[in-house]
Amino acid sequence: MRSGIPLWAILAKDLRAYYLKPPNISWGLLFPLLWAGMFFIRSGSGMESIPELLPGVIAVSILFGTTSLLSVTVTFEKKGRSFERLLLAPIRLELLMLAKTAGAILFGIANALLPMAIAAFVADLSGIRWGILAAAIVLIAVASTFLGLFIAVSVSEVFEAQTFSNFFRFPMLFLCGLFFPISVLPLWLRPVSYALPLTYGADLLHEAVQGTGVLPLPLDFGVLLVFCALLFGISLLGVRRRWIT
Amino acid sequence: MGLPADGSAPIVIAVRDLAKRFGEVRAVDGVTFSVARGELFGFLGPNGAGKTTTMNMLIGLARPGSGSIEIGGIDCTRDPKPVQHLMGIVPDESNLYPELTGFGNLCFCGALYGMGRRDREARARELLALFGLAEAGERKLGGYSKGMKRRLTIAAGIIHAPPILFLDEPTTGIDVASARQIRQLIADLSAQGTTVFLTTHYIEEAERLCRRIAFIVRGRIVRIDTVANLLDRVRDRYIMEFALSAPGAGLCEAVTARFPHLRCYAAAGNRIRVESAEPVRVGPVLRLVEESGGEVLEARRITPSLEEVFVEITGIESEAMRHEKERNGRGGGE
Ligand SMILES: Nc1ncnc2c1ncn2[C@@H]1O[C@H](COP(=O)(O)OP(=O)(O)OP(=O)(O)O)[C@@H](O)[C@H]1O
Ligand SMILES: [Mg+2]
Repeated sequence: MRSGIPLWAILAKDLRAYYLKPPNISWGLLFPLLWAGMFFIRSGSGMESIPELLPGVIAVSILFGTTSLLSVTVTFEKKGRSFERLLLAPIRLELLMLAKTAGAILFGIANALLPMAIAAFVADLSGIRWGILAAAIVLIAVASTFLGLFIAVSVSEVFEAQTFSNFFRFPMLFLCGLFFPISVLPLWLRPVSYALPLTYGADLLHEAVQGTGVLPLPLDFGVLLVFCALLFGISLLGVRRRWIT
Repeated sequence: MGLPADGSAPIVIAVRDLAKRFGEVRAVDGVTFSVARGELFGFLGPNGAGKTTTMNMLIGLARPGSGSIEIGGIDCTRDPKPVQHLMGIVPDESNLYPELTGFGNLCFCGALYGMGRRDREARARELLALFGLAEAGERKLGGYSKGMKRRLTIAAGIIHAPPILFLDEPTTGIDVASARQIRQLIADLSAQGTTVFLTTHYIEEAERLCRRIAFIVRGRIVRIDTVANLLDRVRDRYIMEFALSAPGAGLCEAVTARFPHLRCYAAAGNRIRVESAEPVRVGPVLRLVEESGGEVLEARRITPSLEEVFVEITGIESEAMRHEKERNGRGGGE
């Protein structure tokens, strides 16, 4: 009961200070929509192609609402020393980091909902398996947020956080099978694809939206969960090693 | 919890053989001390002595290399979490949120310690008023002056009324009036039973505020005693200071050669000091100095204070210590 107050305070502060700020909102919304528009125009097809685009747009929305935002804000607070406040507070590090990442996770999920809402107006989404879709969105948001956390504990400057986020983010988008199937990638690149968490998230999204997933569902869920646990665990270790000197 | 020698109050901070190195630098090198409940304990030392590193190990921001720390009777050498709720912390520089207002910062800090909304808001207003920040409270911290930030950082450290307060150079970088007010506040908190661990490089501050002081130099405690006992050493000592027109280190040898019962040493700014167990007769010393080619601009009696004790024990010139600090850009306290 007592730890509820600090955890909520951390989340509320981050939402107010970072995630609900106009520049972040507009960037989080605008970028995926532009991205989607670009694909839409290039494909030259009509509204019936929207379900085909949806998984990619959802993934991009989440990725752009989480990884770099979290890594940049945490690095910023670490540099400004305000992160020390949190380390000094009587809250277990695990809980503290969950509260610290919750804002980005929620923001990523919210970003995924917008393209879906738009799609719902212009296309027929009746074939979607909502349970799988919801689980996929949450897991992708968690995994990409924790990736941001991992980046934050690995760098010390804000620009490094930004650079590293892109370093992971862009190749991941192209190698995860969202925009073209992994089967068309050269043989030597495929192992890289299967080492990326988003590959499994993309497979879930394809399965949920169009029934075109290629991997077994339990494998997708299992691997994503393992990625989340690993990234979180390694990040905590990093905080204990590097930030408590 | 152990009991101190005089049996008055239980020990709340017990540190044994604490050490930490950064690469080749032995930042803290075998430090042992204890602080009783309600005591105001001072850690006094020059730049780089290891004050901040010691405090960081106590509060859980730095991992001890070796040794042990017990706070509130709990061994927290490895894991400080179980005792962090007892601590209020004022770091050497502001670590508040520039994007929040003064009020928002205080409320956030209160929340981190589990204070309910009503509680923390009332307390935040009270502290803003106490620190003369009532009007600035609605402004973002990013726009505060250095001294305002410092005061807010102190307010944030005590918002949850912690039983143990850690202060790292609380009055560095703020104006004289604010510094005096903060010292008064620290004294009041101590009088109300708060245990205070304070680091400072201001000797007068340590002398005025603290009950007990540790002198720390290059990671080691060179002396630890009550202020009263430390002052006893110099209470019946007579010191004359001579301001010269040029450096007078060579003159000291002449003085001690002629008057073996006197101690003579150089002080900052072309000054020499002559010390004795009985009143110093100025005439003969003056004549000797002038015979030896020195020109005396001024002579004055120095009332021995902790400063003399510090200089004697550590061999560090207190003036030098203060000036070095101010050059390093943190501004002066007094
Ligand atoms: N993170 C660090 N990495 C490397 N060396 C460090 C680190 N922190 C402190 N040191 C070194 O440890 C020694 C003690 O530093 P510390 O900050 O504890 O001194 P201090 O007494 O607080 O000094 P000041 O009065 O300047 O605040 C110094 O030599 C310093 O250079
Ligand atoms: Mg220091």
